[in-house]
Amino acid sequence: MSSKIFQDIICTVCGCCCDNLEIEIKDGNISRAKNACAMSLGKLMNFNKERNEFPMVRNGDKLSKASLSEAIDKAANILADSKYPILYGWSLTSCEAIELGVELADCIGGVMDNTTGTCHGPGIIGIQDVGESTCTLGEVKHRADLIIYWGANPVHAHPNHMMRYSALSKGRFRATRKDRNVITVDVRMTDTAKISDSFIQIEPNKDYELLSAITATVKDLELEQDKVAGVPLEEIENLADIMVNCEFGIIFFGLGITMSLGKSRNIDMALSLVRELNKRTKFLIMPMRGHFNVTGANQVTAWQTGYPFAVDLSKGFPLYNPGDTSAVDILMRDECDAALVVASDPISNFPNQAARNLAKIPLITIDPHVTLTTLCSEVVIPSAHVGIETEGSIYRMDGVVLEARKFIEPPNGIVSDVEILQNLLNRVKKISK
Amino acid sequence: MKSKSLKVNLVTGRSLVQGRLKEQGKLSEDYLNNVACCELNQDDLNALGIAKGQNVKISTDSGSVVVKASIGTQALEKGMAFMPYGPWAEFLVDPKTHSTGMPTYKGINATISPAMKEKVLTIEEIIEIIRSK
Repeated sequence: MSSKIFQDIICTVCGCCCDNLEIEIKDGNISRAKNACAMSLGKLMNFNKERNEFPMVRNGDKLSKASLSEAIDKAANILADSKYPILYGWSLTSCEAIELGVELADCIGGVMDNTTGTCHGPGIIGIQDVGESTCTLGEVKHRADLIIYWGANPVHAHPNHMMRYSALSKGRFRATRKDRNVITVDVRMTDTAKISDSFIQIEPNKDYELLSAITATVKDLELEQDKVAGVPLEEIENLADIMVNCEFGIIFFGLGITMSLGKSRNIDMALSLVRELNKRTKFLIMPMRGHFNVTGANQVTAWQTGYPFAVDLSKGFPLYNPGDTSAVDILMRDECDAALVVASDPISNFPNQAARNLAKIPLITIDPHVTLTTLCSEVVIPSAHVGIETEGSIYRMDGVVLEARKFIEPPNGIVSDVEILQNLLNRVKKISK
Repeated sequence: MKSKSLKVNLVTGRSLVQGRLKEQGKLSEDYLNNVACCELNQDDLNALGIAKGQNVKISTDSGSVVVKASIGTQALEKGMAFMPYGPWAEFLVDPKTHSTGMPTYKGINATISPAMKEKVLTIEEIIEIIRSK
Protein backbone atom coordinates (compact mmCIF):
# COMPACT_ATOMS: atom_id res chain seq x y z
CA MET A 1 0.00 0.00 0.00
CA SER A 2 1.44 3.39 -0.98
CA SER A 3 1.13 6.21 1.53
CA LYS A 4 2.39 9.77 1.67
CA ILE A 5 2.25 12.40 4.39
CA PHE A 6 1.80 16.12 3.67
CA GLN A 7 2.78 18.59 6.42
CA ASP A 8 1.49 22.13 7.09
CA ILE A 9 -1.52 21.84 4.82
CA ILE A 10 -3.90 24.82 4.99
CA CYS A 11 -7.47 23.97 5.95
CA THR A 12 -10.05 25.36 3.54
CA VAL A 13 -13.22 25.44 5.64
CA CYS A 14 -13.63 28.49 7.89
CA GLY A 15 -11.89 31.88 8.07
CA CYS A 16 -9.30 30.55 10.56
CA CYS A 17 -7.46 28.90 7.61
CA CYS A 18 -5.46 26.72 10.07
CA ASP A 19 -2.09 26.00 8.44
CA ASN A 20 -1.00 23.06 10.56
CA LEU A 21 -2.88 20.09 9.12
CA GLU A 22 -1.00 16.86 8.59
CA ILE A 23 -2.64 14.81 5.88
CA GLU A 24 -1.92 11.17 5.13
CA ILE A 25 -2.83 9.91 1.67
CA LYS A 26 -3.22 6.16 1.18
CA ASP A 27 -4.09 4.79 -2.26
CA GLY A 28 -5.27 8.14 -3.50
CA ASN A 29 -7.56 8.83 -0.52
CA ILE A 30 -7.13 10.83 2.68
CA SER A 31 -6.69 8.28 5.45
CA ARG A 32 -5.83 10.63 8.31
CA ALA A 33 -6.00 14.37 8.98
CA LYS A 34 -4.13 15.40 12.12
CA ASN A 35 -5.01 18.74 13.81
CA ALA A 36 -8.26 19.03 11.82
CA CYS A 37 -11.39 20.18 13.72
CA ALA A 38 -14.80 18.50 13.34
CA MET A 39 -15.81 20.77 10.43
CA SER A 40 -12.49 20.27 8.69
CA LEU A 41 -12.70 16.48 9.14
CA GLY A 42 -16.26 16.63 7.77
CA LYS A 43 -14.85 18.15 4.58
CA LEU A 44 -11.58 16.23 4.26
CA MET A 45 -13.07 12.79 4.85
CA ASN A 46 -16.08 13.41 2.60
CA PHE A 47 -14.89 15.79 -0.11
CA ASN A 48 -15.52 13.09 -2.71
CA LYS A 49 -19.13 12.45 -1.69
CA GLU A 50 -22.04 14.04 -3.57
CA ARG A 51 -19.68 15.34 -6.28
CA ASN A 52 -20.76 16.71 -9.62
CA GLU A 53 -19.00 14.14 -11.78
CA PHE A 54 -19.38 15.78 -15.19
CA PRO A 55 -20.70 19.01 -16.74
CA MET A 56 -24.48 19.10 -17.22
CA VAL A 57 -27.00 21.20 -19.10
CA ARG A 58 -30.74 21.27 -18.49
CA ASN A 59 -33.01 19.49 -20.86
CA GLY A 60 -36.58 20.17 -19.75
CA ASP A 61 -36.89 18.91 -16.20
CA LYS A 62 -33.62 17.01 -16.20
CA LEU A 63 -29.95 17.85 -16.14
CA SER A 64 -28.12 15.80 -18.79
CA LYS A 65 -24.45 15.06 -19.24
CA ALA A 66 -22.55 17.39 -21.55
CA SER A 67 -18.94 17.98 -22.54
CA LEU A 68 -17.03 20.79 -20.82
CA SER A 69 -16.98 22.84 -24.03
CA GLU A 70 -20.75 22.40 -24.56
CA ALA A 71 -21.42 23.51 -20.99
CA ILE A 72 -19.10 26.52 -21.28
CA ASP A 73 -20.65 27.40 -24.64
CA LYS A 74 -24.17 27.38 -23.21
CA ALA A 75 -23.07 29.33 -20.12
CA ALA A 76 -21.28 31.92 -22.27
CA ASN A 77 -24.35 32.40 -24.45
CA ILE A 78 -26.64 32.87 -21.42
CA LEU A 79 -24.29 35.46 -19.92
CA ALA A 80 -23.62 37.29 -23.19
CA ASP A 81 -27.39 37.51 -23.89
CA SER A 82 -28.33 38.74 -20.43
CA LYS A 83 -28.94 42.41 -19.66
CA TYR A 84 -28.41 42.39 -15.89
CA PRO A 85 -26.70 39.21 -14.64
CA ILE A 86 -25.50 38.57 -11.08
CA LEU A 87 -22.15 36.85 -10.46
CA TYR A 88 -22.40 35.53 -6.92
CA GLY A 89 -20.53 33.34 -4.42
CA TRP A 90 -16.70 33.40 -4.49
CA SER A 91 -15.94 32.76 -0.81
CA LEU A 92 -14.95 29.10 -1.29
CA THR A 93 -12.56 29.60 -4.17
CA SER A 94 -9.15 31.19 -4.78
CA CYS A 95 -8.30 34.87 -5.28
CA GLU A 96 -7.15 34.01 -8.81
CA ALA A 97 -10.66 32.75 -9.65
CA ILE A 98 -12.28 35.84 -8.07
CA GLU A 99 -10.03 38.09 -10.17
CA LEU A 100 -11.36 36.39 -13.33
CA GLY A 101 -14.90 36.76 -11.96
CA VAL A 102 -14.47 40.55 -11.70
CA GLU A 103 -13.16 40.68 -15.29
CA LEU A 104 -16.13 38.62 -16.48
CA ALA A 105 -18.61 40.85 -14.60
CA ASP A 106 -17.01 43.91 -16.15
CA CYS A 107 -17.11 42.32 -19.61
CA ILE A 108 -20.83 41.43 -19.48
CA GLY A 109 -21.97 44.40 -17.40
CA GLY A 110 -23.07 42.36 -14.40
CA VAL A 111 -23.19 42.66 -10.64
CA MET A 112 -20.21 41.16 -8.79
CA ASP A 113 -21.37 40.14 -5.33
CA ASN A 114 -20.02 37.67 -2.79
CA THR A 115 -21.39 35.88 0.25
CA THR A 116 -20.37 38.84 2.44
CA GLY A 117 -23.91 40.09 1.82
CA THR A 118 -25.23 37.33 4.07
CA CYS A 119 -22.42 37.31 6.65
CA HIS A 120 -20.22 40.30 7.48
CA GLY A 121 -21.51 42.83 4.92
CA PRO A 122 -22.89 45.10 7.67
CA GLY A 123 -19.46 44.85 9.36
CA ILE A 124 -17.78 46.14 6.23
CA ILE A 125 -20.27 48.99 5.90
CA GLY A 126 -19.57 49.85 9.55
CA ILE A 127 -15.81 49.82 8.92
CA GLN A 128 -16.29 52.15 5.93
CA ASP A 129 -18.29 54.50 8.20
CA VAL A 130 -16.04 54.55 11.25
CA GLY A 131 -12.68 52.89 10.49
CA GLU A 132 -11.18 49.84 12.11
CA SER A 133 -8.46 49.31 14.67
CA THR A 134 -7.18 45.83 13.96
CA CYS A 135 -4.22 43.44 13.96
CA THR A 136 -3.23 39.93 12.94
CA LEU A 137 -4.25 36.81 14.84
CA GLY A 138 -0.58 36.30 15.76
CA GLU A 139 -0.63 39.52 17.80
CA VAL A 140 -3.77 38.33 19.62
CA LYS A 141 -2.09 35.02 20.39
CA HIS A 142 1.05 36.61 21.82
CA ARG A 143 -0.34 39.73 23.51
CA ALA A 144 -4.08 39.76 24.21
CA ASP A 145 -5.06 39.67 27.89
CA LEU A 146 -8.74 40.45 27.25
CA ILE A 147 -10.71 38.56 24.62
CA ILE A 148 -14.37 39.33 24.05
CA TYR A 149 -16.52 37.16 21.79
CA TRP A 150 -19.58 39.24 20.91
CA GLY A 151 -22.38 37.40 19.08
CA ALA A 152 -19.85 34.78 18.06
CA ASN A 153 -19.73 31.11 18.97
CA PRO A 154 -16.31 29.85 17.86
CA VAL A 155 -16.72 26.48 19.61
CA HIS A 156 -19.29 25.72 16.91
CA ALA A 157 -18.37 27.95 13.98
CA HIS A 158 -14.55 28.27 14.25
CA PRO A 159 -13.63 25.23 16.35
CA ASN A 160 -9.84 25.82 16.44
CA HIS A 161 -9.96 29.61 16.90
CA MET A 162 -9.58 29.57 20.69
CA MET A 163 -6.87 26.92 20.63
CA ARG A 164 -4.73 28.48 17.91
CA TYR A 165 -5.23 32.22 18.22
CA SER A 166 -6.98 33.30 21.41
CA ALA A 167 -8.08 31.99 24.82
CA LEU A 168 -6.29 28.64 24.84
CA SER A 169 -3.27 29.48 22.69
CA LYS A 170 0.24 29.58 24.13
CA GLY A 171 1.57 33.03 23.33
CA ARG A 172 4.96 34.59 23.94
CA PHE A 173 3.72 37.08 26.53
CA ARG A 174 0.50 35.25 27.51
CA ALA A 175 1.52 31.66 28.04
CA THR A 176 -1.44 30.19 29.90
CA ARG A 177 -5.21 30.44 30.03
CA LYS A 178 -4.87 32.29 33.38
CA ASP A 179 -3.12 35.15 31.59
CA ARG A 180 -6.26 35.96 29.65
CA ASN A 181 -9.72 37.13 30.60
CA VAL A 182 -12.35 35.74 28.20
CA ILE A 183 -15.83 37.27 28.08
CA THR A 184 -18.74 36.18 25.88
CA VAL A 185 -21.69 38.42 25.06
CA ASP A 186 -24.58 36.49 23.54
CA VAL A 187 -28.33 36.01 23.62
CA ARG A 188 -27.87 32.58 25.19
CA MET A 189 -25.38 30.52 27.17
CA THR A 190 -23.47 29.07 24.21
CA ASP A 191 -20.73 26.46 24.44
CA THR A 192 -18.26 29.35 23.99
CA ALA A 193 -19.86 31.18 26.94
CA LYS A 194 -19.51 28.02 29.06
CA ILE A 195 -15.71 28.05 28.74
CA SER A 196 -15.39 31.82 29.15
CA ASP A 197 -14.54 33.55 32.42
CA SER A 198 -17.77 35.50 32.30
CA PHE A 199 -20.94 35.62 30.27
CA ILE A 200 -23.13 38.62 29.60
CA GLN A 201 -26.61 37.76 28.43
CA ILE A 202 -28.09 40.35 26.11
CA GLU A 203 -31.67 40.59 24.85
CA PRO A 204 -32.05 39.78 21.11
CA ASN A 205 -31.66 42.80 18.77
CA LYS A 206 -30.28 45.01 21.56
CA ASP A 207 -26.56 45.06 20.66
CA TYR A 208 -26.63 48.75 19.70
CA GLU A 209 -28.10 49.75 23.05
CA LEU A 210 -25.61 47.75 25.11
CA LEU A 211 -22.62 48.94 23.06
CA SER A 212 -23.79 52.57 23.44
CA ALA A 213 -24.14 52.10 27.19
CA ILE A 214 -20.62 50.66 27.49
CA THR A 215 -19.22 53.48 25.34
CA ALA A 216 -20.93 56.07 27.55
CA THR A 217 -19.56 54.37 30.68
CA VAL A 218 -16.04 54.29 29.20
CA LYS A 219 -16.45 58.06 28.64
CA ASP A 220 -17.28 58.35 32.39
CA LEU A 221 -20.87 59.39 31.68
CA GLU A 222 -23.54 58.26 34.13
CA LEU A 223 -26.44 56.14 32.90
CA GLU A 224 -29.92 56.78 34.19
CA GLN A 225 -31.33 53.30 33.56
CA ASP A 226 -31.00 50.31 35.90
CA LYS A 227 -30.67 47.93 33.00
CA VAL A 228 -29.74 48.22 29.32
CA ALA A 229 -30.57 45.39 26.89
CA GLY A 230 -31.40 43.23 29.93
CA VAL A 231 -27.93 43.76 31.44
CA PRO A 232 -27.79 45.38 34.94
CA LEU A 233 -25.92 48.69 35.21
CA GLU A 234 -23.42 47.16 37.64
CA GLU A 235 -22.42 44.56 35.07
CA ILE A 236 -22.01 47.25 32.39
CA GLU A 237 -19.77 49.34 34.66
CA ASN A 238 -17.75 46.28 35.57
CA LEU A 239 -17.27 45.39 31.89
CA ALA A 240 -16.22 48.96 31.04
CA ASP A 241 -13.66 48.82 33.89
CA ILE A 242 -12.26 45.52 32.64
CA MET A 243 -11.95 46.95 29.13
CA VAL A 244 -10.25 50.16 30.22
CA ASN A 245 -7.84 48.34 32.52
CA CYS A 246 -6.65 45.63 30.13
CA GLU A 247 -3.30 45.90 28.38
CA PHE A 248 -4.31 44.49 25.00
CA GLY A 249 -7.98 43.81 24.39
CA ILE A 250 -9.86 42.56 21.36
CA ILE A 251 -13.51 42.12 20.40
CA PHE A 252 -14.14 39.26 17.99
CA PHE A 253 -17.61 39.86 16.60
CA GLY A 254 -19.82 37.31 14.90
CA LEU A 255 -23.04 37.15 12.96
CA GLY A 256 -24.98 37.56 16.22
CA ILE A 257 -24.37 41.28 15.82
CA THR A 258 -24.35 41.70 12.00
CA MET A 259 -27.53 39.68 11.36
CA SER A 260 -29.59 41.25 14.16
CA LEU A 261 -31.64 44.40 13.75
CA GLY A 262 -29.47 47.48 13.59
CA LYS A 263 -27.03 45.54 11.37
CA SER A 264 -24.29 47.95 10.17
CA ARG A 265 -25.24 50.44 12.91
CA ASN A 266 -24.39 47.81 15.54
CA ILE A 267 -20.90 47.56 14.06
CA ASP A 268 -20.62 51.38 13.87
CA MET A 269 -21.19 51.42 17.62
CA ALA A 270 -18.76 48.54 18.32
CA LEU A 271 -16.06 50.30 16.28
CA SER A 272 -16.78 53.58 18.05
CA LEU A 273 -16.43 51.83 21.42
CA VAL A 274 -13.04 50.45 20.33
CA ARG A 275 -11.98 53.92 19.15
CA GLU A 276 -12.95 55.34 22.53
CA LEU A 277 -11.08 52.56 24.36
CA ASN A 278 -7.92 53.35 22.40
CA LYS A 279 -7.76 56.72 24.19
CA ARG A 280 -7.23 54.74 27.40
CA THR A 281 -5.51 51.47 26.38
CA LYS A 282 -4.75 49.25 23.38
CA PHE A 283 -7.94 47.80 21.94
CA LEU A 284 -8.76 46.05 18.67
CA ILE A 285 -11.67 44.48 16.83
CA MET A 286 -12.00 41.73 14.22
CA PRO A 287 -14.90 40.01 12.44
CA MET A 288 -15.07 36.21 12.73
CA ARG A 289 -15.21 35.52 9.00
CA GLY A 290 -17.05 32.32 8.08
CA HIS A 291 -15.76 30.90 4.80
CA PHE A 292 -12.08 30.32 4.13
CA ASN A 293 -11.73 32.98 1.44
CA VAL A 294 -14.62 35.37 2.02
CA THR A 295 -12.01 37.91 3.15
CA GLY A 296 -10.20 37.29 -0.16
CA ALA A 297 -13.43 37.89 -2.09
CA ASN A 298 -13.64 41.35 -0.44
CA GLN A 299 -9.96 42.10 -0.94
CA VAL A 300 -9.82 41.12 -4.62
CA THR A 301 -13.12 42.82 -5.51
CA ALA A 302 -11.96 45.94 -3.64
CA TRP A 303 -8.56 46.21 -5.34
CA GLN A 304 -10.11 45.54 -8.73
CA THR A 305 -13.19 47.78 -8.52
CA GLY A 306 -12.73 49.94 -5.42
CA TYR A 307 -15.53 48.21 -3.49
CA PRO A 308 -15.56 44.97 -1.48
CA PHE A 309 -18.96 43.46 -2.44
CA ALA A 310 -22.27 44.27 -4.18
CA VAL A 311 -20.49 46.00 -7.09
CA ASP A 312 -22.76 46.84 -10.03
CA LEU A 313 -20.73 47.09 -13.26
CA SER A 314 -23.74 47.36 -15.58
CA LYS A 315 -23.24 51.07 -16.22
CA GLY A 316 -19.64 50.66 -17.36
CA PHE A 317 -18.22 51.89 -14.04
CA PRO A 318 -18.35 50.37 -10.54
CA LEU A 319 -21.39 51.35 -8.47
CA TYR A 320 -21.63 50.25 -4.83
CA ASN A 321 -24.84 50.64 -2.89
CA PRO A 322 -25.64 47.72 -0.55
CA GLY A 323 -29.39 47.39 -0.17
CA ASP A 324 -29.72 48.25 -3.86
CA THR A 325 -26.84 46.54 -5.69
CA SER A 326 -26.66 43.52 -3.33
CA ALA A 327 -27.75 40.07 -4.56
CA VAL A 328 -30.67 39.48 -2.17
CA ASP A 329 -32.15 42.92 -2.88
CA ILE A 330 -31.80 42.56 -6.67
CA LEU A 331 -33.44 39.13 -6.47
CA MET A 332 -36.26 40.37 -4.24
CA ARG A 333 -36.95 43.10 -6.81
CA ASP A 334 -36.80 40.37 -9.47
CA GLU A 335 -34.54 42.50 -11.67
CA CYS A 336 -31.77 40.18 -12.86
CA ASP A 337 -32.17 37.97 -15.90
CA ALA A 338 -29.31 35.46 -15.41
CA ALA A 339 -26.88 34.37 -12.70
CA LEU A 340 -23.49 32.75 -12.39
CA VAL A 341 -22.88 31.13 -9.01
CA VAL A 342 -19.35 30.06 -8.15
CA ALA A 343 -18.54 27.94 -5.07
CA SER A 344 -21.65 28.83 -3.11
CA ASP A 345 -25.16 27.55 -2.44
CA PRO A 346 -27.50 30.56 -2.37
CA ILE A 347 -30.61 28.45 -3.02
CA SER A 348 -30.00 26.90 0.45
CA ASN A 349 -28.89 30.09 2.14
CA PHE A 350 -31.01 32.92 0.73
CA PRO A 351 -34.45 33.78 2.08
CA ASN A 352 -36.94 31.49 0.34
CA GLN A 353 -38.48 34.15 -1.92
CA ALA A 354 -35.03 35.31 -3.10
CA ALA A 355 -34.13 31.65 -3.80
CA ARG A 356 -37.34 31.20 -5.83
CA ASN A 357 -36.54 34.26 -7.92
CA LEU A 358 -33.02 32.96 -8.48
CA ALA A 359 -34.36 29.57 -9.65
CA LYS A 360 -36.64 31.33 -12.18
CA ILE A 361 -33.81 32.79 -14.25
CA PRO A 362 -31.13 30.93 -16.26
CA LEU A 363 -28.67 29.87 -13.58
CA ILE A 364 -25.10 28.65 -14.16
CA THR A 365 -23.29 27.01 -11.24
CA ILE A 366 -19.64 26.09 -10.88
CA ASP A 367 -19.20 23.89 -7.79
CA PRO A 368 -17.46 20.65 -6.79
CA HIS A 369 -20.59 19.37 -5.00
CA VAL A 370 -24.21 18.63 -5.78
CA THR A 371 -26.11 21.37 -3.93
CA LEU A 372 -29.63 22.76 -4.00
CA THR A 373 -28.26 25.46 -6.31
CA THR A 374 -26.77 22.98 -8.82
CA LEU A 375 -30.06 21.04 -8.80
CA CYS A 376 -31.94 24.23 -9.81
CA SER A 377 -29.39 25.22 -12.47
CA GLU A 378 -29.51 25.43 -16.25
CA VAL A 379 -25.79 24.67 -16.56
CA VAL A 380 -23.61 22.87 -13.98
CA ILE A 381 -19.82 22.78 -14.30
CA PRO A 382 -17.97 20.66 -11.72
CA SER A 383 -14.75 22.07 -10.32
CA ALA A 384 -11.77 20.91 -8.26
CA HIS A 385 -11.62 21.69 -4.52
CA VAL A 386 -9.29 24.62 -3.79
CA GLY A 387 -6.73 23.59 -1.16
CA ILE A 388 -7.22 19.87 -1.83
CA GLU A 389 -7.17 19.23 -5.58
CA THR A 390 -5.87 22.59 -6.78
CA GLU A 391 -3.77 25.42 -5.36
CA GLY A 392 -4.64 29.09 -4.95
CA SER A 393 -4.19 32.18 -2.76
CA ILE A 394 -6.62 32.77 0.08
CA TYR A 395 -6.99 35.43 2.80
CA ARG A 396 -7.33 34.43 6.46
CA MET A 397 -9.91 36.38 8.53
CA ASP A 398 -7.22 38.83 9.67
CA GLY A 399 -6.17 39.62 6.09
CA VAL A 400 -3.05 37.43 6.02
CA VAL A 401 -2.59 35.82 2.59
CA LEU A 402 -1.85 32.11 2.47
CA GLU A 403 -1.10 29.79 -0.43
CA ALA A 404 -3.51 26.85 -0.26
CA ARG A 405 -1.82 23.74 -1.65
CA LYS A 406 -2.87 20.80 -3.75
CA PHE A 407 -2.18 17.33 -2.33
CA ILE A 408 -4.46 15.06 -4.30
CA GLU A 409 -5.39 14.79 -7.99
CA PRO A 410 -8.93 15.86 -8.96
CA PRO A 411 -11.18 13.22 -10.58
CA ASN A 412 -10.68 12.69 -14.32
CA GLY A 413 -11.91 15.60 -16.41
CA ILE A 414 -12.48 17.91 -13.41
CA VAL A 415 -10.57 21.19 -13.67
CA SER A 416 -10.08 24.22 -11.42
CA ASP A 417 -12.41 27.24 -11.13
CA VAL A 418 -9.60 29.31 -12.66
CA GLU A 419 -9.46 27.16 -15.81
CA ILE A 420 -13.27 27.09 -16.15
CA LEU A 421 -13.61 30.86 -15.67
CA GLN A 422 -10.75 31.63 -18.07
CA ASN A 423 -12.44 29.49 -20.76
CA LEU A 424 -15.81 31.06 -20.01
CA LEU A 425 -14.35 34.57 -20.20
CA ASN A 426 -12.59 33.82 -23.52
CA ARG A 427 -15.83 32.41 -24.95
CA VAL A 428 -17.91 35.40 -23.78
CA LYS A 429 -15.36 37.81 -25.29
CA LYS A 430 -15.57 35.96 -28.62
CA ILE A 431 -19.40 36.12 -28.66
CA SER A 432 -19.45 39.80 -27.67
CA LYS A 433 -17.07 40.83 -30.49
CA MET B 1 -60.31 22.82 21.12
CA LYS B 2 -58.10 25.67 20.06
CA SER B 3 -54.58 24.41 19.32
CA LYS B 4 -51.76 25.65 21.52
CA SER B 5 -49.29 28.10 20.10
CA LEU B 6 -46.40 30.09 21.47
CA LYS B 7 -44.77 33.36 20.47
CA VAL B 8 -40.97 33.09 20.36
CA ASN B 9 -37.92 35.02 19.25
CA LEU B 10 -36.21 32.97 16.54
CA VAL B 11 -32.44 32.99 16.01
CA THR B 12 -30.90 31.08 13.10
CA GLY B 13 -27.20 30.22 13.20
CA ARG B 14 -24.33 27.82 12.78
CA SER B 15 -24.26 24.61 14.81
CA LEU B 16 -21.20 22.39 14.81
CA VAL B 17 -23.21 19.45 13.43
CA GLN B 18 -24.71 21.62 10.67
CA GLY B 19 -21.23 23.01 9.89
CA ARG B 20 -19.86 19.48 9.58
CA LEU B 21 -22.79 18.11 7.59
CA LYS B 22 -22.85 20.99 5.08
CA GLU B 23 -19.32 19.87 4.19
CA GLN B 24 -20.33 16.19 4.05
CA GLY B 25 -23.32 16.54 1.77
CA LYS B 26 -26.69 18.23 1.88
CA LEU B 27 -28.66 15.39 0.32
CA SER B 28 -28.02 12.98 3.18
CA GLU B 29 -30.58 11.87 5.76
CA ASP B 30 -28.17 13.06 8.45
CA TYR B 31 -28.40 16.63 7.11
CA LEU B 32 -32.20 16.51 7.10
CA ASN B 33 -32.34 15.09 10.63
CA ASN B 34 -29.93 17.65 12.06
CA VAL B 35 -30.82 20.79 10.13
CA ALA B 36 -34.62 20.52 9.76
CA CYS B 37 -35.04 21.10 13.47
CA CYS B 38 -35.76 23.79 15.98
CA GLU B 39 -34.27 23.96 19.45
CA LEU B 40 -36.60 25.10 22.22
CA ASN B 41 -36.55 25.48 25.99
CA GLN B 42 -38.00 22.47 27.88
CA ASP B 43 -40.66 24.69 29.53
CA ASP B 44 -41.81 25.88 26.11
CA LEU B 45 -42.00 22.29 24.85
CA ASN B 46 -44.14 21.45 27.88
CA ALA B 47 -46.37 24.47 27.23
CA LEU B 48 -46.90 23.24 23.67
CA GLY B 49 -47.69 19.79 25.05
CA ILE B 50 -45.11 18.02 22.91
CA ALA B 51 -41.94 16.01 23.43
CA LYS B 52 -38.62 16.52 21.69
CA GLY B 53 -38.54 14.79 18.32
CA GLN B 54 -42.15 15.70 17.54
CA ASN B 55 -42.95 18.08 14.72
CA VAL B 56 -43.75 21.76 15.15
CA LYS B 57 -44.89 24.39 12.70
CA ILE B 58 -43.04 27.69 12.87
CA SER B 59 -44.51 30.78 11.24
CA THR B 60 -43.14 34.27 10.70
CA ASP B 61 -44.28 37.20 8.55
CA SER B 62 -42.16 35.71 5.74
CA GLY B 63 -43.54 32.15 5.72
CA SER B 64 -43.91 28.92 7.64
CA VAL B 65 -42.22 25.53 7.82
CA VAL B 66 -42.59 22.23 9.68
CA VAL B 67 -39.52 20.89 11.50
CA LYS B 68 -38.67 18.60 14.39
CA ALA B 69 -38.55 20.11 17.88
CA SER B 70 -35.37 19.46 19.81
CA ILE B 71 -33.52 20.39 22.99
CA GLY B 72 -30.05 21.66 22.20
CA THR B 73 -26.84 21.16 24.13
CA GLN B 74 -26.61 24.94 24.58
CA ALA B 75 -29.12 26.52 26.95
CA LEU B 76 -31.99 28.57 25.55
CA GLU B 77 -34.08 31.03 27.51
CA LYS B 78 -37.84 30.58 27.64
CA GLY B 79 -39.39 32.30 24.66
CA MET B 80 -36.41 31.73 22.36
CA ALA B 81 -35.99 29.30 19.48
CA PHE B 82 -32.88 28.34 17.51
CA MET B 83 -32.70 26.85 14.02
CA PRO B 84 -29.51 25.88 12.18
CA TYR B 85 -28.82 27.71 8.88
CA GLY B 86 -30.25 25.84 5.91
CA PRO B 87 -33.16 25.68 3.47
CA TRP B 88 -35.78 25.02 6.19
CA ALA B 89 -34.87 28.13 8.22
CA GLU B 90 -34.91 30.16 4.99
CA PHE B 91 -38.71 29.90 4.82
CA LEU B 92 -38.80 32.07 7.95
CA VAL B 93 -35.99 34.59 7.39
CA ASP B 94 -37.04 38.19 6.75
CA PRO B 95 -35.63 39.13 3.30
CA LYS B 96 -35.64 42.87 4.06
CA THR B 97 -32.05 44.07 4.25
CA HIS B 98 -32.55 47.63 5.60
CA SER B 99 -30.09 49.04 3.05
CA THR B 100 -27.26 46.69 4.02
CA GLY B 101 -27.71 43.69 1.68
CA MET B 102 -28.18 41.48 4.77
CA PRO B 103 -31.54 39.79 5.41
CA THR B 104 -32.61 39.50 9.06
CA TYR B 105 -31.48 36.02 10.13
CA LYS B 106 -31.68 36.61 13.87
CA GLY B 107 -34.16 37.97 16.37
CA ILE B 108 -37.23 37.20 14.23
CA ASN B 109 -40.72 37.19 15.80
CA ALA B 110 -42.21 33.74 15.24
CA THR B 111 -45.15 31.60 16.35
CA ILE B 112 -44.72 27.91 17.10
CA SER B 113 -47.51 25.35 17.26
CA PRO B 114 -47.57 21.54 17.47
CA ALA B 115 -47.78 19.85 14.05
CA MET B 116 -47.64 16.16 14.91
CA LYS B 117 -49.60 15.19 11.82
CA GLU B 118 -47.67 17.35 9.36
CA LYS B 119 -44.49 16.22 7.63
CA VAL B 120 -41.06 17.79 7.39
CA LEU B 121 -40.27 18.72 3.77
CA THR B 122 -37.47 16.69 2.17
CA ILE B 123 -34.72 18.41 0.14
CA GLU B 124 -36.43 17.17 -3.06
CA GLU B 125 -39.75 18.71 -1.97
CA ILE B 126 -38.02 22.01 -1.15
CA ILE B 127 -36.42 22.06 -4.61
CA GLU B 128 -39.84 21.42 -6.15
CA ILE B 129 -41.30 24.40 -4.24
CA ILE B 130 -38.38 26.65 -5.18
CA ARG B 131 -38.56 25.66 -8.86
CA SER B 132 -42.35 25.97 -9.11
CA LYS B 133 -43.21 29.04 -11.18
